[in-house]
Amino acid sequence: MSVSQTFGVYGGRYVPETLIPALDELESAWASLREDESFHAELHHLLTTYAGRPTPLTRVERFAPDQRMYLKREDLMHTGAHKINNAVGQALIAQRLGKRRIIAETGAGQHGVATATVCARFGLECIVYMGSEDIRRQAPNVERMNLLGAEVRPVEFGTRTLKEATSEAIRDWIANVDTTYYLIGSCVGPAPYPEIVRELQRVIGREAREQILQIEGRLPETVVACVGGGSNAIGMFYDFIPDEEVRLIGVEAAGAASLGTGRAGVLHGARSSLLADEDGQIMDAHSISAGLDYPGVGPEHAHLRDTHRAEYLPCTDDEALAAFHRLCATEGIVPALESSHALARALDCGDDLVVVCLSGRGDKDLAEVLAR
Amino acid sequence: MKTLAVYLMAMPDTPELVEAAVEAGADIIELGFPFSDPLADGPVIRRAGERALAAGMRTKRCLEVLAETHARVSVPLIPMTYASIFDAYGWERLEADARAAGATSFIVPDLPADIRPELRRVQLVAPTSTDARLKLAATATDGWLYLVTVTGTTGARAELAPSLAPLAERARAVTDVPLYAGFGISTPEHARSAAELVDGIAVGSRAVEAAEEGPAELARFVGSLRAALDSVA
Repeated sequence: MSVSQTFGVYGGRYVPETLIPALDELESAWASLREDESFHAELHHLLTTYAGRPTPLTRVERFAPDQRMYLKREDLMHTGAHKINNAVGQALIAQRLGKRRIIAETGAGQHGVATATVCARFGLECIVYMGSEDIRRQAPNVERMNLLGAEVRPVEFGTRTLKEATSEAIRDWIANVDTTYYLIGSCVGPAPYPEIVRELQRVIGREAREQILQIEGRLPETVVACVGGGSNAIGMFYDFIPDEEVRLIGVEAAGAASLGTGRAGVLHGARSSLLADEDGQIMDAHSISAGLDYPGVGPEHAHLRDTHRAEYLPCTDDEALAAFHRLCATEGIVPALESSHALARALDCGDDLVVVCLSGRGDKDLAEVLAR
Repeated sequence: MKTLAVYLMAMPDTPELVEAAVEAGADIIELGFPFSDPLADGPVIRRAGERALAAGMRTKRCLEVLAETHARVSVPLIPMTYASIFDAYGWERLEADARAAGATSFIVPDLPADIRPELRRVQLVAPTSTDARLKLAATATDGWLYLVTVTGTTGARAELAPSLAPLAERARAVTDVPLYAGFGISTPEHARSAAELVDGIAVGSRAVEAAEEGPAELARFVGSLRAALDSVA
């Protein structure tokens, strides 16, 4: 099977010619690695002995007394979120390509921390682009990245958030493509990145599906995950896609609903559904959660929406905050604000047996929450 | 005679600036239609794009400026913009409306040769392009081939990139179309060195900066490039 270039009318490689040979090289390496047992064995070893897989499925009876709700506990992963699944896998790819300089973009800082972590683990140079507004909002993660030996480069223009950080990372890659691996953090960007990130995050849904079958003896009615760029959601959904009876719900921040209110457009190397105006100019996203504060989304989600295999619902800042406090108070679990969006819609989705991807823990969000 | 292409960001005063540039010796004008997230551009053109958007230079207004410019000069006018602008306006519709307004071709820096080949445009190749991709771009290109001199984004550099010479040589080996070099060419010295290797040059960031000083400064700058090119046989 060839590597996916497009997902329906979405995806592709809308990047300067300079990057095309590097994307070809990556695609060719990926096509052989994904069939390579030694790669999968090394990845599995790292995920189980270093990153913390498998993660448990936790029943939350006090949080959702009227449902049989389970949380897939990606918050228990090393560095506190699902991002490490992808960072470990791509660091292995970078090594196989012989690239020793790693660049990444980050919004909330979770992907930046995951990337800085694997770079420390493998002895790779690490540069993380981060908007200066996010640096202000997520200071502890900046300190963590510095501690791990990464250089955090502030991006001082435009929205000063994830959108511009991603643009600057891509510009760095254009200038240093011979030596540098771009370790992208979500299922966005030019092909083959959306497929690579999906395949590296698929472990979430694969485990969750096996676990729920073992515990309940049946598939869930509904699977819920939050969607910014969409990496935890695509990883959670993917192995459930053939199970047509399972409802898939992606939850977007109401002020960053690229799928719910967006239109087709091109951003950061791919065609997808975006927050853009009628001229194709990208608009600002707004969310209390820095990880969802992005005007684009992975192209495969746009395709899942158009084909009606998944539905995408909005969640306001206040609804996410309410779910955040409720999970803290009822279950002793502090969720990431991103994941809190999924929790809110899981509670009122009207279904009984529900599995939610708890994509990260909320320590990073305490200042933001306590300031309210 | 070497060709001089000058890039200017579309603004309300662009027709007047283009007239000055053409009088001073520009042979081709690349007209930037601003985009909020210009991946191929360095800080000078990115900021010019931000100012243009703040001044209301949306696609329809850019087409008006293109038509006003076309009424004043007879050189080829080539809109340079990003895929998102085409996608929103409609690929065929923007091509048709721009040609009706005087566009002779297009440059879309985030649209590699194998995507949407039906849009006739000037293709770009880079030092990283393989020979197979050089051939693909040279076959598909509209009139001339744009050689990106550097592995990087647009913007002035201290020296002409050493990667231009081998790229020009490889391109020559696969095509007879004229080769114009751009990205990082900002001084008469660069222009002269580049003209030893290729058939023409494109100057963007430094021209945008000169244009900000007004038509006289732009004309002086373009004239200095013209003289440098003309000094090369």
